[in-house]
Formats: sequence, structure tokens, C-alpha cells
Amino acid sequence: MNRRPWALYSAMAFGYAFLYIPIVSVIVFSFNKSRLVTVWGGFSTEWYGRLFRNEQILAAAWRSFLIACSSATVAVVVGTAAGLTLARFGRFRGRGLLSLMNSAPLVMPEVMLGLSALLFFVSLQQVIGWPSRGMTTIAIAHITFSACYVTVIVRSRLTMMDDSLEEAAMDLGARPWKVFFVITLPLIAPALLAGWLLAFTLSLDDLVVASFTSGPGASTLPMLIYSKVKLGVTPEINALAALIMGLVMIVVTIAGVLLHRQQKAATR
Amino acid sequence: MTRLDGGLGRFWNQVVHNLFRWFGAIGQEFRAHRGRVLVIGIPMFWLGLFFLLPFLIVLKISLTSALFGQAPPYSPIFDLTQDSTLVLRLTWTNYAALLKDSLYLSAYLNSLLFASISTLVALLIGYPIAYGIARAPPLWRLLLLVGVILPFWTSSLLRTYAMIGILKANGLINQLLLGVGIIDAPLDLLYTNLAVYIGIVYNYLPFMILPLTANLMRMDFTLLEAAEDLGARPWRAFLRITLPLSLPGIIAGAMLVFIPAVGEFVIPDILGGPDAITIGRVLWTEFFNNRDWPLASAVAVAMLLLIVVPTLIFEYVENRQQRVEAKR
Repeated sequence: MNRRPWALYSAMAFGYAFLYIPIVSVIVFSFNKSRLVTVWGGFSTEWYGRLFRNEQILAAAWRSFLIACSSATVAVVVGTAAGLTLARFGRFRGRGLLSLMNSAPLVMPEVMLGLSALLFFVSLQQVIGWPSRGMTTIAIAHITFSACYVTVIVRSRLTMMDDSLEEAAMDLGARPWKVFFVITLPLIAPALLAGWLLAFTLSLDDLVVASFTSGPGASTLPMLIYSKVKLGVTPEINALAALIMGLVMIVVTIAGVLLHRQQKAATR
Repeated sequence: MTRLDGGLGRFWNQVVHNLFRWFGAIGQEFRAHRGRVLVIGIPMFWLGLFFLLPFLIVLKISLTSALFGQAPPYSPIFDLTQDSTLVLRLTWTNYAALLKDSLYLSAYLNSLLFASISTLVALLIGYPIAYGIARAPPLWRLLLLVGVILPFWTSSLLRTYAMIGILKANGLINQLLLGVGIIDAPLDLLYTNLAVYIGIVYNYLPFMILPLTANLMRMDFTLLEAAEDLGARPWRAFLRITLPLSLPGIIAGAMLVFIPAVGEFVIPDILGGPDAITIGRVLWTEFFNNRDWPLASAVAVAMLLLIVVPTLIFEYVENRQQRVEAKR
């Protein structure tokens, strides 16, 4: 095409502006001196300082971080086992059930996942006295749905991957466990990293499931933000939002560059 | 109320017998392929215990009646009567309430309306972006793709919060319009249905763009040159070639937007007014505000039947069709 498609360019510019203006405006106004959130009153990092002195927010952030780390790690184990099963084990009794249990949470509204997890925990506690609601129950509920996302990533990586290396190792007499840890695991490592990151952010962002499964005194960061947002926009929340969004964007960019390089090295 | 009698003993006998046979078969399988059973066992155990069983409990509780101010706040399903027979107490009143009160039906229809219009708008905004990315030179393509992926990874709650700053009475849009002089008084944007539409489109736009881009990147653009050589106008070539070829991408993107949008709670709750009632909000209110666990459970079961089951069937049919086409 010789002519420059200006209509296409302006449509794209509109789309990207739509995606980024709200984020940029939160970041800009997080440095605003004025308490009035939309009137510019000069540059200041005051709200960040207040943020780091707010113990309620710090405690909730630490809680969210712990839940996200632990649930992402377990989700990768469960999701890898499920991905391996669905991609490599052929037909077996129960395959349909596993496949259904794996795809259902992906299309299920969060309120349903939250409600069912909570009612389960309450019933379980009545019968065996465990678990009391708090960080453990939130983590378990998070593992359950994020494992399904990990499964999708691992499974698609395994189906794209040729299984001749694994078969060659088997033919040479390697035990299945050895084949998995020496051949398969290094090959799917990028998928595991991507899966872990996805599970981590899903857990870190989740408001709905955590609200259902949390107990007294175990508010996560999204729950705290939600309760404050319901009361209106504050500069402090602006600073917090800017901080989290900035961190996530940096981490995702670094991970993306690493994965990209690794992929390039692998195809060379 | 249903009464269990006579055949009950035989029934349980059968159940126990089958359970033992089942465990025996698992044991046999385990001795033969220990590692394999272990690997299958991990996700089976986890999802069975923490996903499937919870759903059966929701189903059970949806058939009980609410007991406010007690723990747990619902009636037991088994009762021992005075002559010590076990009585199963199930009630359909929650489901009857869902059918009787028009609030629930209109919440469901509202959710479908929000989700489908937002999906359509996301397609209209997302398609040019996906097309532009697919046709961009490699370096630009990478940068533009990263530009779509980054918002995809950032928290939906925080991005919804960011939208408040844009839409509110003294927000960016109103200041801009007032400054240019198009309007004299700020528009009511926040806490309206329009805000919910904008919020859903904003949140789910990357979900539309990414599968569309993947699809368009595989397209053979020499087909368009051929059409141009044969005298087709660009619009005609687009409608006759590009659009039909990108249909699988459109369907994939639309599903990724529509499915989570139907059950969405956060966006209508934060950006919408009190009348922006969706099925997700109804469940939340029944549970947290009205503390009616059985009714909330009934809403969840209705969501399963009206949203999740149709989606799973659609995906199954779609996948099968793709496999049949791939074989050809």
C-alpha cells in the first residue's frame, strides 16, 4: 500500500489513548500536591510518604504478597501435573472429568467461585474443625482457579512441543521420572515462569474470591482498596495504584524480554 | 419434603460395594503405573476437593431455607424425627423466589445486555488496532503488542478505579469538554450505565485485541493485493476477504470479553449507579448485605445453568469444529 492509511492510524491512536490515558492520569495525579484529586497543585511525593507510613496498607500488601507467592507456587505444581496429564497421557478413565474441571473455572463468574469456596470451607469447618477463615482459605481458593490457567499454558506448550526427545530418552532406558526432570521440565520452563507470573498477578488482583473466603482481620490489599474506593478517590490510593501498576509493568516487561531472548536462543 | 424409606439400605449397600470396587481398580492401576497415577491424582484430587465438591455443597444449600442469626445460617437437610427416622428436608422456595421476583430476571437480562453491547464496542475499537499491529513492521509490531499486553497484566480493580478519575463530574472528560466549550455544565457520566459500558470495554479490550492479532498475523495479505489488482476497492476487499478470514479470531476475542463480562461484579459495582444491577451484583448483595446464603446459592446455580453450561457447550462445539477443519 503506497497511500498512508490515516483512518487506520487515527483509529489505533484512539484505541491506545483509551487504554493508557486513565493509567497515566492516575500516575500523574499521584504526584499532585493538592488534596483535590483533579486540580493540579504542584509536584509532591507527599502521598507516597504517607503510604509507606500507613501500617494498615503495608500489612495488607504484605498479606497479599504472601498469598500470591504461595498460591502461585502450588498452582504451578497442580497446573503442570494437569497439563502433563491432558497433553501426554492419552485416553484414560476420568480424562473428560479432569478436562471439564479444568475448563469450568475459566468461564465461571468470580462470584460463583468465591461463594462455592466459602460454603465449602464453612461446611468443612463444621465437620472437622478446620480451616478457620483467613489467609489459608484465600490461598486455597486462589490455587484452585489459577492452577487452571497454568494448565492451559503448560498444555499448549506441551502440545506445540515435539515429544521425540522424550521418546528418545525413554528408548535409551531413562525412567519416566528422570525423563520428566531432565528433558521435559527444562523445555517447558518458560511456560512455567509465565504460568507462575500469571497465577501471581491473578492472586494479587483478586477482590471477589478473597472477599468471600477471607476471615476477620485478614483483609488483602484489593479488599482494602475496594473499601476505600467505595468512599471516593483519594490521593493516597492514587499513589498506591500508581506504585502497583508501575511495578507490575516493570516486572512483566523484564520477564517478557527474558522469555523473548530465551525463545530466540532456542530457535537458533 | 421427601421421605426416604425401605430401599435405602440396599441403596447404601450398593454405594459402599461400588466404592470398594472403585478403590480396588485404582489400587491395581497404581501398582502398574505408580508415577502416572500420582501425576493424574494431583489435579484430580485438588480440583475434585476444592472445586467440584464445593459446587455440590452450593447445590445442597440452595435447597435449604435461610435461618438468620444462626451459624450456619441455613437449615440442615437431614432431620431426625421423634420416631428416629431420617427425614430429608429440601425446599424449592429459593428457586421459586428467583422466578417470582422480576428483579432476578431483569438482572440476568441486564448482564447479557451489558456484556453483548460491550463486546460489540470492544470489537469495533479493537479490530483496527489488531489489524494495524498485524500489518506493522516487526519492531513496531513488538512495541504495539507490548502496549496491549501491559494493561492486560495490570489489576482490573485499579484500572476500574483509574476510570473514576476520568468520568467523574470534575474528571478529565468533563474538564476537557468544559474547556473547549462544548458543554456549560458537567455531564453525569459516573454512576450511570454508560460508565459501566466504558469500564467493561476498557478492562476487556486487550482480551479482544490479542486473539484477533494472532489470527490476523497468520493471514496471507497477498490475497488483498490480488483483489486490488483485479479491481476491488479496499473496502470491498476488506469485507470479502479479511473479515471472513478473521472470523475465528473475532469469535475467540468476543468469547474472551463476553464470558467474564456477564458475571462481572467489580465494574458495575464501582462505576454503575444503583440501577446498574447485574447478576453478579445480585449474588454479592444476597450474600453480603442480606446474608441469605441459600438464596445466593440458588442464584449461583442459576448462573451455572444459564451462563456456564451454555459457554462450555459452545466451546466444545467450537473446538470440535476446528479439529474437523484442521484434519481436512
